[in-house]
Amino acid sequence: MNTPLSWIRAYVPELACEDKEYCDAMTLSGTKVEGFERLDKNLEKIVVGHIEKIERHPDADKLIVCQVNVGAETVQIVTGAQNLKEGDYVPTVLDGGRVAGGHDGGALPENGIKIKAGKLRGVESAGMMCAIEELGSSRDMYPEAPEDGVYVFRKPVTPGEDAIEALGLHDTVVEYEVTSNRVDCYSILGIAREAAATFRKSFIPPVVEVKGNGEDVNDFISVEIKDADLCSRFCARVCKNIKIAPSPEWMQRRLAACGIRPINNLVDITNYVMMEYGQPMHAYDLDNVAGNKIIVRRAKDGDEFQTLDGQMRKLDSEMLMICDAEKEIGLAGIMGGENSKITDDVKTVLFEAATFNGANIRKSSKRVGLRTDASGIFEKGLDPRNAEAAINRACQLIEELGCGEVVSGIVDVKEPFKELVQIRFEPERINQFLGTDISKDEMLEIFGRLELVYDERTGMITSPSFRQDIGCFADIAEEVARFYGYDKIPTTLPSGEATTGKLPFKLRIEEKARDIAEYCGFSQGMCYSFESPKVFDKLLIPADSALRKTVTISNPLGEDFSIMRTVSLNGILTSLATNYNRRNKNVRLYELGNIYIPKSLPVADYPDERMQFTLGMYGEGDFFTMKGVVEEFLESIGMTKKITYDPNAEKTFLHPGRQALIQYKGTVIGYLGEVHPEVADNYEIDAKVYVAVIDMPEILPFASFDRKYEGIAKYPAVSRDISMVVPKSVLAGDIEKVIEQRGGKILEEYHLFDIYEGSQIRSGYKSVAYAITFRAKDRTLEESDVSGAMKKILNGLEGLGIELRA
Amino acid sequence: MKEKLEQIKAEAIRQINESEALDKLNDVRVNFLGKKGELTAVLKGMKDVAPEDRPKVGQLVNEAREEIERILDEARTSMERKLRDARMKAEVIDVTLPAQRNKVGHRHPNTIALEEVERIFTGMGYEVVEGPEIEKDYYNFEALNIPADHPAKDEQDTFYINSDILLRTQTSGVQVHEMEKGKLPIRMIAPGRVFRSDEVDATHSPSFHQIEGLVIDKKITFADLKGTLAEFARELFGEETKVKFRPHHFPFTEPSAEMDVSCFKCGGSGCRFCKGEGWIEILGCGMVHPNVLNMSNIDPDVYTGFAFGVGLERIALLKYEIDDMRLLYENDIRFLKQF
Repeated sequence: MNTPLSWIRAYVPELACEDKEYCDAMTLSGTKVEGFERLDKNLEKIVVGHIEKIERHPDADKLIVCQVNVGAETVQIVTGAQNLKEGDYVPTVLDGGRVAGGHDGGALPENGIKIKAGKLRGVESAGMMCAIEELGSSRDMYPEAPEDGVYVFRKPVTPGEDAIEALGLHDTVVEYEVTSNRVDCYSILGIAREAAATFRKSFIPPVVEVKGNGEDVNDFISVEIKDADLCSRFCARVCKNIKIAPSPEWMQRRLAACGIRPINNLVDITNYVMMEYGQPMHAYDLDNVAGNKIIVRRAKDGDEFQTLDGQMRKLDSEMLMICDAEKEIGLAGIMGGENSKITDDVKTVLFEAATFNGANIRKSSKRVGLRTDASGIFEKGLDPRNAEAAINRACQLIEELGCGEVVSGIVDVKEPFKELVQIRFEPERINQFLGTDISKDEMLEIFGRLELVYDERTGMITSPSFRQDIGCFADIAEEVARFYGYDKIPTTLPSGEATTGKLPFKLRIEEKARDIAEYCGFSQGMCYSFESPKVFDKLLIPADSALRKTVTISNPLGEDFSIMRTVSLNGILTSLATNYNRRNKNVRLYELGNIYIPKSLPVADYPDERMQFTLGMYGEGDFFTMKGVVEEFLESIGMTKKITYDPNAEKTFLHPGRQALIQYKGTVIGYLGEVHPEVADNYEIDAKVYVAVIDMPEILPFASFDRKYEGIAKYPAVSRDISMVVPKSVLAGDIEKVIEQRGGKILEEYHLFDIYEGSQIRSGYKSVAYAITFRAKDRTLEESDVSGAMKKILNGLEGLGIELRA
Repeated sequence: MKEKLEQIKAEAIRQINESEALDKLNDVRVNFLGKKGELTAVLKGMKDVAPEDRPKVGQLVNEAREEIERILDEARTSMERKLRDARMKAEVIDVTLPAQRNKVGHRHPNTIALEEVERIFTGMGYEVVEGPEIEKDYYNFEALNIPADHPAKDEQDTFYINSDILLRTQTSGVQVHEMEKGKLPIRMIAPGRVFRSDEVDATHSPSFHQIEGLVIDKKITFADLKGTLAEFARELFGEETKVKFRPHHFPFTEPSAEMDVSCFKCGGSGCRFCKGEGWIEILGCGMVHPNVLNMSNIDPDVYTGFAFGVGLERIALLKYEIDDMRLLYENDIRFLKQF
């Protein structure tokens, strides 16, 4: 919300501080100032000048030479303006002065424009006469200004006096961020009240008196509320003999400074009152209100209604309508109807100031797709007591501005007001809650400033009706805190029972995953949780796959962000693709993020959120590089037993011959592999891509940070190498299984040291060589121990169709 | 005899000084001190010496032997040192050649910032907890004093799964889960991913991270809230950091505040970084609203508490001077490598 500071000062006349001090203090007392703009920014040495004489420029047709009385002297100024005549009073910037911008009204330069005396086409010019745009303003604020030319004063001014003062531009427009609980502060009066409390000055609201013409409003209109749940108050007044004209300049200026374009006196008055009181109003042409009757009721499903912007709107039975005896004439709280809108020929006006159900207005406004200044205020839920004050203020302005005559009396249909909130005053408790030592008297003084009334007899504080945010002890503690000053409240640390700071086991494992991934050269990426359902096609996931059963967002940002991912690969592949596309070489990325598996569809309960540790890379390295990262990680979290790999992973998005399930103690804990070339194509990566995914919940039961020292071997080890020719179909894992199962207690370690396929080996076979190490913890091994174990192993291997080489 | 020994010694020293290599020195050792060496020969000739002179001669021989050995050792040491020096001279390398580095990866700036925040709060006795990202309306809104028709529900543009289940818009719901466990006192932070339907641009993302904080105990005060967060700010942004609390409104806290920190770039004098304000808005906080305590079965007459919420991306962007939020989710390695 933007308001000129001068309008606030009008109701807090003693407010003397500078704008910056005002903004800082208001922010610290809870009315946050987002920013402010000085209307006299860069306006220097600008006085009222009186044009005493105009002559043509000897050498330029479009220029004139003026003798301008600027008070202390008369100076010569050359101008190209076409609207001037002798005797005009104009804002004149003197030599060495400054203006805000150019006459074209474009964006204002940060430091304005310096004006210096000089020659124009050879004729001396000692300054400049200013257009309103050069003063940083606009014709919205100064409608009397010419469309193109120098501003000419219409009110009496004296040469040499401060022209900026005379224009009322020594003002500052302040932009507030009003919080949603303070609906009362969406108004000049609300902010003025806060300002008065902040600076301990008197708040003097306008005195509202309506004379009335002696006729009875009840002869003109009656009001019936059929749906009181959506409309708790409806005030109506009537004004006759309306004379549509521009509103006075002061009113236009105030509205324009608030960002509202002045239209005419009637519209301006309703907008002015909306700004001043925070109560939106509406004006109907009473001649178009059938039966002199207003009925407030819900619309019917499927009805249509033309709002005054000419649009047809679809209605439903939860939208509240303002109707006359025959038809709908307004979409309550949002916009009036085309059929009753004010035109320049209006004679009799019906004013409405009503209180609607905020939530209903908000929802209706959303459904109908129309948010107006009025609905934006109504949806916050207004104080019904404000409606009458506002409509009377509007009628007062009608009389004062000579806009028409006001019919006496008001039609006021309302539900009983809610009782005012009362809260027990407990100064000790407030101090204990805030950690302060504020005296009871000081608290009462603060309450006094805020119109919170303390009754010593009952010990209760009564909150005024406009403070709809106050409802409990904590609320009045806040009032004390913000006017005592948040900055004056001490800073302490919580006392009481000590607690242990800790990172839970799951997060420690994730931390380890990050450490190992980075140690292995992978950098951490972050990917979205939602993605496009097209991802499944990109990953070649079959149409009937369970992975396609997703938690789906009902109001996504678009189809591309509409499903919660059930497989983590798309994020990392997309990121790799971004890097590939940008020609980054040898990229390794990892991600820790959830997938979301619905327990049932439609979703009825929390889905299973499973943390995935996803690694992806292209460039240097291959399948076994990735496998190494997986094993490095698992070992680091205490999973030191044999990790096995099942090539039958059946992952459609991986190369069919280069993929494996990762298993630990018989449990599948993830998978790895080379990305299927078609999938890589889908991501436009023309390289081999390797990925690994660890399903973190599966490893938690196996992971541990416990370590035990097992001693360093005292007795010597014995090593044996075996070299064999095996059918290609036999996996190293099969051979190792045999070694493990048959090596016995003395088997310490084994590793593959050679594998070869080629010319010296017959086709369909490969040559494989292992080094096997035996050791006993408690003795030196005998030859017979080792040969016995070897024999068992060799027997087992023969069972796999393996031939030993010499 | 004495002269003979002196002769032998002098000859040995001469030969030592003439030696140019280690094996030559060895020859000298063998020639003079070896089994068939000259000194040994003298000892062998002892039988010709008068018995009463033998101890004297033996002593002389030993003295000569020790001296030759000493000189031999010195010569050897000096020769070895010379050899080593020569070898090292040949081994000179260009130390300005490029290093061979282990190509380690890099943590995401969000995570670096998060770990920093976690370190600060676990140090103050806070437990790190997690909550579900797909959340029930009750925990995301209602139990936080945001009833069905509350305008705050619109302010946070929510992604819905259905009328009851949504993508959490804030980590504040974790407060409720923790309070419902019924274990008091509570000192926790809850980092996590949150979602709001904002289109992607330089300052918005539909998915970002918050860190929620909650303390509930007897006699927790607003002053404690100020003290704790001031300490946090100093730890995170430096010892000189000043804080400012401004009144604000959140439905689940009362009183509520926003905390600004003095600009860590200019120290508060105003610069482009803080838009000339000298202050940077960093988090929202407040005393837990009595309605929130009540709904989670904690008696607000006995217990009080404070809560706060920090935007992780905001911290990361500020601390590492990242000018576009989109960079955080593109995962361009040239970006990640800088952390």
